[in-house]
Formats: sequence, C-alpha cells, structure tokens
Amino acid sequence: MGERIDVDEILRDRWERPENLIAVLQEIQSRFHYLPEEALCTVSRRFRIPLTEVFHVATFYNCFSLQPRGHHQVKVCLGTACHVRGGQVIMDKVLRELNLPTGGTTADFGFSVEPVRCLGCCALAPVMRVDERTYGHLLQSRVPKILKGYRLPALATV
Amino acid sequence: MSAPQARIANLTDLRHAAARGRKSLLPNRPKILVGLATCGLAAGADEVYEAIRDEVARLRLPYLVASTGCIGWCSQEPLVDVRLPHKPRISYGRMDAPKARELVQGLREGNLKTQWAIGLLTGHDNPVTRTRTRYSKQSARLDGVPRYEDLDLFRYQVRLVTRNCGVIDPASLDEYIARAGYLALNRALTAMRPEQIIDEVTGSGLRGRGGAGFPTGKKWEVIRRQAASPKYVVCNADEGDPGAYMDRAVLEGDPHSVLEGMTIGAYAMGASEGVIYVREEYPLAVKRMLDAIRQAESVGLLGDNIFNSGFSFRTRVVQGAGAFVCGEETALIASVEGRVGEPRQRPPYPAEKGLGGKPTCINNVETWANIPVILMRGGEWYARLGTATSKGTKVFCLVGAINNPALIEVPMGITLRQIVYEIGGGILRGRNFKAIQTGGPSGGCIPEAQLDLEVDYESLTQAGAIMGSGGMIVMDSATCMVDIARYFLTFLADESCGKCFSCRKGLQRMRQIVTRITEGLGSEEDLSLIEDLGWMVRETSLCGLGQTAPNPVLTTLRYFRDEYLAHLREKRCPAKVCRELITYRIEATLCDGCGACVRVCTSEAILGEKKKVHTIDNAKCIKCGSCLEVCQPQAVVVS
Repeated sequence: MGERIDVDEILRDRWERPENLIAVLQEIQSRFHYLPEEALCTVSRRFRIPLTEVFHVATFYNCFSLQPRGHHQVKVCLGTACHVRGGQVIMDKVLRELNLPTGGTTADFGFSVEPVRCLGCCALAPVMRVDERTYGHLLQSRVPKILKGYRLPALATV
Repeated sequence: MSAPQARIANLTDLRHAAARGRKSLLPNRPKILVGLATCGLAAGADEVYEAIRDEVARLRLPYLVASTGCIGWCSQEPLVDVRLPHKPRISYGRMDAPKARELVQGLREGNLKTQWAIGLLTGHDNPVTRTRTRYSKQSARLDGVPRYEDLDLFRYQVRLVTRNCGVIDPASLDEYIARAGYLALNRALTAMRPEQIIDEVTGSGLRGRGGAGFPTGKKWEVIRRQAASPKYVVCNADEGDPGAYMDRAVLEGDPHSVLEGMTIGAYAMGASEGVIYVREEYPLAVKRMLDAIRQAESVGLLGDNIFNSGFSFRTRVVQGAGAFVCGEETALIASVEGRVGEPRQRPPYPAEKGLGGKPTCINNVETWANIPVILMRGGEWYARLGTATSKGTKVFCLVGAINNPALIEVPMGITLRQIVYEIGGGILRGRNFKAIQTGGPSGGCIPEAQLDLEVDYESLTQAGAIMGSGGMIVMDSATCMVDIARYFLTFLADESCGKCFSCRKGLQRMRQIVTRITEGLGSEEDLSLIEDLGWMVRETSLCGLGQTAPNPVLTTLRYFRDEYLAHLREKRCPAKVCRELITYRIEATLCDGCGACVRVCTSEAILGEKKKVHTIDNAKCIKCGSCLEVCQPQAVVVS
C-alpha cells in the first residue's frame, strides 16, 4: 500500500463546485478502493468546503469507505427476494470461506465483503456480485469455487 | 458504433431513421437476439452471446447477431431469440454456450431445435401507433411450442412502458425510432402548446409511479405556473426498494423512451435542463443512459433548437452513492447538489423550490416512459385502462417463492390472485402461499384472505401496504413473518438518515425488540410496545421513509399475530427459519451414509462412517444449512 496519494489528476478536469463533490469522491474511491485522509484534505482545500463537511458526506453514503479495501469487492445481495431465498446463508458462507467473522477486508487485501440491498436481479435470487460479475441462483456449495477463481489472479498481481 | 448521423430535424428525417432501424429490427436475413440486461448477464448471457458470435463468424453465416433488453421472462434467462425472414420469432430459454453453438449449427442445417424453444412470438404491438407488426403472413404455428399470447405469463399483459424492452437493441437509436420513437416529441414541439400537453397528461389520470401516486398532470401544472427560472426536470432512477427492478429494466432496455418523456415534460413545463439520478448499483443502466444521451445529442434530439422549434433541452446523469433515503425527493435534490442526502421539511415542495432553489419536476422512470404513449394515443384513451382512481398500467416485479418470477406490465385493477396464480404460475414446490409483500420497506405483507384485492393505489393502502415502486415478493410457508419484520427493520434502521430522532432511535428499538422475539426471548408485552413505537415513528418522522417504516411490522402483526405468539409462548418458529429456535438432525431411516454432508460441514458437526447412518452434534452445529442443501435423500430435517 505504499502508493502515493495523488488526486491532482482526478481534480484536474473538475469544476471545483460543491455539486461535484460526490462525483469526485466516487472517482477517488474507485481509484484507490477507499478515501485516503490525505485525499479528503486536498479535496476540502480545493473545493473550499470544510473538512468536517467532506467527512460528513464521505461517511453518509454507503459506497465510500475510509478503510482500504481489498482487490476484489464481494457484494452479497440481501434484498428481500434474496433474503427469502437464503441470502443470509450465502453471506455467512462467504464470510466463513474468507475467514472474516464480522465482514470487512481480508488480511492480504484480497477481498472485501459487504452486504448490498438489492442488485435488481431478484428472479435469480440469491445473488452476489464479485467486482463487475454477478452470480445468480447461488448455493452454498458454489461459493468456494467462485471465490477461488478470484484468489489466484489477485496473488499474481501482488 | 455507427457512423456519425445527420441531424434529425423533422418528420422526414425521422422516417429515414425509422427505415434504417427497420432494416436491423426485421432484417431480410436470419437474426439472433440475446437478452443482455443485468439479469441475463447474471445468468451467463454474455458467454452465450460470445458463443453465438463466434460460431456465426466461424461458419461464415450471414446472420445478424444483436443484443436486446429484458422481455420479462426472468425465470428463463439467458434468453435467445431467433427470427428467420418472414417467420415468427422463436424464444429459447435457459441457454448456455454449448447449446448456443449447437443452435447456430442447427439453424444452418434448417433445424430449429424446437426442443429448447419455450415460446413463439408472432408479432409485436406498438402502443404508440396502435399498430401490430406481424412477423409472418401465414398463421404461425410450431409443433409443441406455445405462442406468447397463449401463455398465462403474457396473456394478461399490456406493455406500454415496456413496449420496446426485449424488442429493440437498446443501443440503437434507429430501432427506437423505427418503433415510432420521438414521434410524440415531434408532435409536442411542432403541433402542441404546452397547456395542451399538460391537459392530455391530466386527462390520462397518470399518477406518479415512484410509489406515492401524486397526479402527474397536477404536478406539471404547478411547475408550469412558476415564474422563477431556470426550471429543472429530474428522473428519479434511485430504485432502492429491494425486490423492484423495473426502472433498471427500462433504463437498460429502452433508454430513449425516458429521454423522450423527459424532453416532452421539459417543454410542457418550460424547463431547459434535466438530471437523471441513477443508483450506483446499476452500472449498466448508467452506461446505456449515457450512450443514449450522446446519440440523441449527436442528431439534435437533445440540445439546441430541437426539431427547429426553438426549444432547447439538455440532460445529464448523476450517479447515486448508495443511500436508500435518496429516493425521497428532497434528499435526492440534496444529493444532486453534492450534499448529504437528508430530507427536509415540505412545503415548499420541489415543484416550487427544488434544485438550486428553482422549480423542479421529479418523476420516476416509469412515469416518464409513459408520456410518449399518452401523447400519441391521447389522455382519454389511457384513462380507459385501469380502475376509477388508478389509470393505465403498472410494471411489477414478481419474485420470491414463485414458479415464474417475471417482470410484468398489467392494467391496474388486476387481482393479486391472478398475478400470483395465473401469471406467476403459483407457489414454488407446491408449497402454500403465505403472503405477498408489496411496496418494499415502506409496504406491507398481504395475506391469502386478501388475494382477491384489485390492485390499485387505494386498495393496497387500505390493506396496510402501498403500491410503492412495484416490487412483489411472494412468501410461502417456509418464510417466517417475524423474521421478515426483523429483516425490514434492520434495513430501515441502517438506512434511516438519522435526522429525526424518532425514526433513528425508534427503528433501532423496534429492531431490538423483534430480534429478541426471533431469539425466543420476548414477552407478550413486546407486541403492544412495538405497536406503540410504530405509531410514534409514523406520526413524528419528517419524510416518507420514517412515516411508512412501521408498515412491514404492523402488517405482519395485523395478519400473522399467531406467528409472533408461537415465538413468544412456545419458543417455536413455525416456518423453521429463526436460527435460535431450530435444530438440525439426520433422519436415520433416510440417511444412506453417502457422506456428502460431512464434506460440506465446516464446523465438523457431522459424525458417522461412510455407508452408515450419520448424526449431527448439536453442540458444534452452527445451523448454516450446508448439509440440508447437499443431502440427496433429504434426510436432513429441521425441527
């Protein structure tokens, strides 16, 4: 994680007006997988918005994280249809597989796991998304194999 | 994809574009269509699409391979459709890459692979022009393959909002125009005065499809009368209700219908700028919308002087950041302005003081997509559909414990029974129906006794639920209603923005109490405490989230009190869901000793040698249900 936190590139083409704050934070989040403190300070200075307000926005919305996240984002759907068809059981299985009793990010920064309230594929419930790919009609027994597919390339890039 | 196109400035230009669109829509060569909306992709449609493209290229076949949106037959994804020139369209369900390759090879040899076919589409209605495009001149039959119009799933449907979903390639502006797209905008800008447009919308009886059901024409009228400028129109696509995905389906399958509706609305109300607020969980919808805006701008259907009328309109996409409360209109505005999505007191309503303090019209995706149809067919025609107070059609997502989960569009006034048993094909695995949950976390659970309810805004509210955005989740005997109440309270307590103390703390307390009940630790006084708290949260919260938050709990208490009492008095969960109240065991007479359960049990709770009867050590069992899932002879029993 020794990467230098440089958000100038993201801010360069942005009009530094309050209504662009969320969009800029989203770009920083997708670039670094979290919102580094340094970046929030820079944004606050450049946008002339008090840091407390930037922090308020950063902690209000679910898509932002103040903690570094893993290479792969696992989002297990806990929408109503998924709940009725065993979404929580899938969530528990994912957490057991990755040895994360309370969720969060694995020690090697390979995976971050979080619940999501409906991915809009309710007919395929239960559903989970790993990065850009969505998996439907899940069974607990399919979970280890799906996660395994992401484990190896992640190691290769470290 | 296509070369830069010339400006579309009048009816003649539209006709040229339509002619181009018809060539790809109904080509004179075989066409293979793959449903590539998010749900199709989740089922593996991208691999199917690649396989078909590969195979067509490898065999050098002159076939057109295209993508389309969601036709709503969710249970059969991935869907592939084949249409030979002047022949009906054949739908194939649950395809995978090997089957797709085989299908292409079969087609080359004239083999239609009817064993995989699930439906025959003989043509398409176009509600905008009141015409039907027949795919073949002869009466179409294919042995053993039912026609769409004979299937219960499609028989009751009237597809206005979803008119193009699953028909056109959503990335093709020409195909949208070939389906009479932008004709309504042309009529609005060149032949109608703003007041006339608002009269048609008012006359149609259209009410907001986001859930609250405010009359659209009335809202437009208020904004039209505002003197302040600029004015804004906003498309609310922050579809947060779990179990509802109709907005996603429309944005992904027919983005131009929303753009056209918004542009007409902007002209009628005197707005010049638009915002489409899409939730961040819908990346494909965002992409489709951005593409559609770019296309419309490149031919002058968005921008300055549209159809040489002097009217100019621009719109942009804003992505949500993951907050359920942003579906509430004042919170949505705060979010678009880059602030924390907290609702504020109304009035003033956004119609008077919205975005940047200016008059703002916020309508839902489905509402906007209705507008072109209403304008072309007239408000009076639209008002003939539906019930006395709720006109037109409504798109529902029918999911949960049902045989045919589907995205359906039906006239208002259809009964819940028809939706569940005819369109939905009844309850999964022949179990008993228990409840249907409508309206998301603001809605309620409706029991069997009320299945003959004719669906409209008023009837659902009377039953303690709401129309909401149109998610319908069917629950069967394996669903615990106390657990459902706990589920919604957890959702809402997490998503409460925290501004009102009553909503923030009240929901947390209710969640605590209901959780206690699911653990078998509650007392009967808890029930009246929940009811009191529910009443308090409803009466003292500022926005719709808090005001409707108690609905799921209160309806389950009203209709399923016996389930609460079983948890309280007998410490028993009748549906066998609540973990603290159930145990797993292996039925000795059924166990064949295969050992499948031992392999999946991560807590080493299953004992027994191979080929001998296994047992579960309850001290070690974490009740994850893995063994239940893999046991072929169904020897694992929950009690």
